[in-house]
Amino acid sequence: MSTPTVALGAKQRTPLRPARILLHVFLAGTALAWLAPLLWAVFAALRPYSETSTKGYVSWPDTLNFDNFKNAFTQSDMLHYFGNTLIIAVPAVLVTLLLSSMVAFYVSRFDFRLNIFLLLVFTAGNLLPQQVIITPLYRMYLLIDLPGITMSGKLYDSALGLVLIHVAFQSGFCAFVLSNYMRMLPHELTEAALVDGASVWRMYWQIVLPLCKPAMAALGTLLSIWIYNDFFWAIVLISTGENMPITSALNNLSGQYFTDPNLVAAGALLTAIPTLIVYFVLQRQFVSGLTLGANKG
Amino acid sequence: MTTDTNMKSPEAAAVPPSGPAPVKKRVPRGRKRLLTRRDRITLGFMAGVPTVLHVALVWVTALASIALAFTSWDGIGFDSIKWVGLDNFKQLFSDNPQFWPAVEHNVIWFVVLILIPTPFGLFLAVQLDKQIRFSRVYQTAFFLPVVVSLAVTGFVWQLVYNPDTGLINSLIGANKPGHYIDWIGDPHLNLWAVLIAASWRHTGYMMILYLAGLKGVDPSLREASSLDGANEWQTFKNVIFPTLRPTNTVVLVVTIIEALRAFDLVFVFNKGAQGTELLSILITNNIIGESSRIGYGSAIAVVLLVISLVVIIPYLISTFRKERSA
Repeated sequence: MSTPTVALGAKQRTPLRPARILLHVFLAGTALAWLAPLLWAVFAALRPYSETSTKGYVSWPDTLNFDNFKNAFTQSDMLHYFGNTLIIAVPAVLVTLLLSSMVAFYVSRFDFRLNIFLLLVFTAGNLLPQQVIITPLYRMYLLIDLPGITMSGKLYDSALGLVLIHVAFQSGFCAFVLSNYMRMLPHELTEAALVDGASVWRMYWQIVLPLCKPAMAALGTLLSIWIYNDFFWAIVLISTGENMPITSALNNLSGQYFTDPNLVAAGALLTAIPTLIVYFVLQRQFVSGLTLGANKG
Repeated sequence: MTTDTNMKSPEAAAVPPSGPAPVKKRVPRGRKRLLTRRDRITLGFMAGVPTVLHVALVWVTALASIALAFTSWDGIGFDSIKWVGLDNFKQLFSDNPQFWPAVEHNVIWFVVLILIPTPFGLFLAVQLDKQIRFSRVYQTAFFLPVVVSLAVTGFVWQLVYNPDTGLINSLIGANKPGHYIDWIGDPHLNLWAVLIAASWRHTGYMMILYLAGLKGVDPSLREASSLDGANEWQTFKNVIFPTLRPTNTVVLVVTIIEALRAFDLVFVFNKGAQGTELLSILITNNIIGESSRIGYGSAIAVVLLVISLVVIIPYLISTFRKERSA
């Protein structure tokens, strides 16, 4: 079993040796086992509750339809919660990318004395468990009055509050990744611009930022999925069910529909669909983002 | 593409013989003199706004947690804040029946993640790195749980664990009254049940990190090793694994942080009742539960903060030292 020959000549010859067949059997079996919980949820969601309650869940299906999905979607007003998530996630991702790229630009191109310190502050902040800061944050959000700006009149229980904490928390990680990326861009680029009299903002906006597109795409994909998936901030910082993003709203729904596991399964799967779409479309970006910032928890 | 360039950045920067380094240091000073007043103000804003936001919401609140841990406060008005010294901690360490179990569960969480899904993720990565057919399909299957939110994961696994309608009990015939195995309700079982779901997710995460690490291994190392007559296991143990050191550090840190952050799954399963207490859950219960004991909740947060910093500080020091020398 010499790996190098396989690695070198993979294209020309992949002899199906017994070991290789065994490996495929093992991997296919494990992969199937890995998908089993999700497939089980799909199976349950496709069957009406009345059928499973009489026949049992492990049984041959008589009817398979999308009724549970339809019901979960309409009865619980999921579209509204998807909308809430959109209102939070879109600005949070964009602002995080903007702010963290500005810090990264500063520390990677200008102030080398401050850079280690600033990056340490940002990166360490991002590694803290969220629960370390939640108690004072919760109190602070209750204290900040924003009459007329948010529905609740406070930072608490508002989309704005969630956007701010997402930006503050995630920018730590993005600043670190982007500063590493920007440091590899040739210095001559900005040097020449400076000599030509370009402003700092122009250097950032027209020269450095366009060159960071691949890193920004990777981080943007990653952030979208993380912020979409957020459960903790939403559970603590949003109290009105109406204002909840989809993940925490699902928690309420399942409390409401706990007697019908099939409906809950459908709701959970519907909630997962947007992340799955993003993942399948932008798989490359997502994975490269994850490994770029492997220090992220 | 991005991965490769970034992963290799330390070595890539180290390759040219010390030439660029002094230039790099000289340039900024010269550049700074070229900056106009307006440029300086712009730069101040560019660095200032994000820093203020991050520091105010993350670090000021972390410090506030420390301060509040030594007080008692009902949360209504500032005049009810009273200095109580170490009382909260004394109570926490001696009186609270949930505190030590929570610490223990956080430790178990870490030990399980590092002993089971982490090596398994490495194993899968090594297999998938052999350039086999359908590699992408397998990868996607193992990685899917990482993409799905932990809250959704919690609901999906509840369908598996449910005593009368769940997959496991239905398969083993334990779904009739009197024969129930209550995976989520039984305090001796529930932590392990949650940990299976957590491991399910962690495996894929580790696999991706290791796959990226393995891509960085120089193929000539493998060749040399096989020419020396090493078998696959010997090559892995003596050649490949040692080169994965940076990945291992990251994996260790990620796993510790994940174990300390663990929250969503347990919250969805049973809100950290009997048998699944975690530090994160105890803190949260002080906020959204019936009782709002801010000082007490902050004391637990300080314990969590101290444990996290013990991990974060050495990791950052080593990371940034490498960066500086690169």
